[in-house]
Amino acid sequence: MKRLETSRINEFFDVIAAQQRLYMPLENNGSVNFGVYSQGDKYDPSALHTVKSAKDVFFPQCEAMASFVTEGKKFSVTPVAPTDENFVVFGVRACDVRGFELLDKVFLTDPVDNYYAARRSHGTIVSLVCNNPEETCFCSTFGIDAAAPAGDVIGVWTEDYLYLEAATQKGEELLALTGSLLTDGGDEEVLRRKEQTREIIKKLPLASLTTEGWGAGTLDEKFNRPEWDELSSACIACGTCTFVCPTCQCYDVRDYKAGDKVSRYRCWDSCMYSDFTMMAHGTNRPTQKQRFRQRFMHKLVYFPDNNDGEFSCVGCGRCVAKCPISMNIVKVIKAMGGKNNE
Amino acid sequence: MSEEHICTCHANDYKDVLLPQTAVVTDIRTDTPDVKTFRVVSPDGGICFDHMPGQCAMLTIPGVGEAMFSITSSPTNTQYKEFSIKRCGMLTEALHAMEPGQEIGIRGPYGKPFPVDTEFKGKNLLFIAGGIGIAPLRSVINYVRANRDDYGHVDVLYGSRSADDLVDYQEMQQEWMQEKDFNVYLTIDREQQGWDGHVGFVPAYLKELAFKPDCTAIICGPPIMIKFVLAALVEMGFSKTQIYTTLELKMKCGVGKCGRCNIGSKYVCKDGPVFRCDEIDELPNEY
Repeated sequence: MKRLETSRINEFFDVIAAQQRLYMPLENNGSVNFGVYSQGDKYDPSALHTVKSAKDVFFPQCEAMASFVTEGKKFSVTPVAPTDENFVVFGVRACDVRGFELLDKVFLTDPVDNYYAARRSHGTIVSLVCNNPEETCFCSTFGIDAAAPAGDVIGVWTEDYLYLEAATQKGEELLALTGSLLTDGGDEEVLRRKEQTREIIKKLPLASLTTEGWGAGTLDEKFNRPEWDELSSACIACGTCTFVCPTCQCYDVRDYKAGDKVSRYRCWDSCMYSDFTMMAHGTNRPTQKQRFRQRFMHKLVYFPDNNDGEFSCVGCGRCVAKCPISMNIVKVIKAMGGKNNE
Repeated sequence: MSEEHICTCHANDYKDVLLPQTAVVTDIRTDTPDVKTFRVVSPDGGICFDHMPGQCAMLTIPGVGEAMFSITSSPTNTQYKEFSIKRCGMLTEALHAMEPGQEIGIRGPYGKPFPVDTEFKGKNLLFIAGGIGIAPLRSVINYVRANRDDYGHVDVLYGSRSADDLVDYQEMQQEWMQEKDFNVYLTIDREQQGWDGHVGFVPAYLKELAFKPDCTAIICGPPIMIKFVLAALVEMGFSKTQIYTTLELKMKCGVGKCGRCNIGSKYVCKDGPVFRCDEIDELPNEY
């Protein structure tokens, strides 16, 4: 176990940032989101949830894939190559790290998404144990331990020290890079903190939420349930749930034209939007109920069907906190099976 | 998130499954008032890639966008690929406005083809198409013609709004109708001057023709036609395991990741577009 005096945290960041791009939760206009650190930026250790998840470090909200040039009848493609630069993402919570693992199941299966794969192989993840899980948290429902996140370096933040332990080769390399700032010690303190976190989680309102009745093979039982009508009735199709979600992976591909040059981008999209499946001859999901149902069926039934029963939700609670009509996956789970012994 | 530095140093060597290659439209044939058939080759001549009947390709129209189209030529055609495309939206409008010699982007092939070399082998085949639904079936039909001895009797039932809307009509008359053990039945929705063939909708004509359920049926057409043809076939004694069709949903990536064509636990772009009708029964009714 290594430790860093929290008063020297910016020195730690500066050593990393001198070598690699460093992402971390940063405040901007009152919202905290993952952004690129520059010297002097202040890290707020009390920040638990960024507004958007950490997924756009690996799967950016918008990314260029190619540019096309047209000259008369000629057409040429200049691809944008995947990144070949190493980077570090600091301060990722256990739920978001599991989110990366779920995105891996989509983007790293054949045919591999090269843009995502390059970022995954070039990224080093420093995760942090949650000190103060919130009332909207329910990661334990999906078997995630907020006191034991995955990652390359696992961190525990206390008032005096940031304790750091490498879990992978990439993690070892990062701790070697910052070695001059680190001292040894703190195993007992880390264990104590982790126990504290687990005690808090046990008492959270959603701690006992189960996914009973959901999962692979439940399509026929769930699809035509009358509950979908009421659950979806107030949905305004804003798409906020999909944009803050660590596991939503749907994307759009668009061309932007400027003179003879065209840029091809891909960007996040939402199955909650009416034009998501719109074709020239119409759409296969004309009602908001259908689109709403698609999102939850995908996370709770279709994804488990294709991924050995694993759900495509990490219980981060962002949609619980952000939905303008207070509808969310917890209510959907509970309405049709899931139990919560409050 | 701040802008990321975009590395272009290896861009020229970089190929990606999600990015198109350049192709040339060498010929454009006007089939009907709203359908044209585009002949596409690689810039060095020849086909851009191999495919099997039923598979699709993404076409990029410079400055307009990209969309998925079924490949209408047979894989046995090694000189060019053909796409029969109906004008019905922004991108197809731009395609129809193109002139021969225009370069476009192409990527593919995508999707699971018809089982021409397995389940279809040795079987009698009944093709039922409506309107532009003939496009993917033409690939299968010409593949069957090129490997005629591998298949039994062939019937093609093709219907359209009017005589002017029959796609590939010349090829049907000059080539298909001359084949041995191969019948072509045409029908149009309403009476028309100069048309002495059958008049009526495809499902009704199908029942009239009373095909025996000793063959494999392959259907493609507007959803409403598929629905009634399927019901008619079942009524005629066909099992759903003998019937194949193709689904069409919005697609962006073609590789089962962008999420648009997801239906149940399937992605039409990679698990389809070809489905056996008993497989479709297991999907939610959202196609």
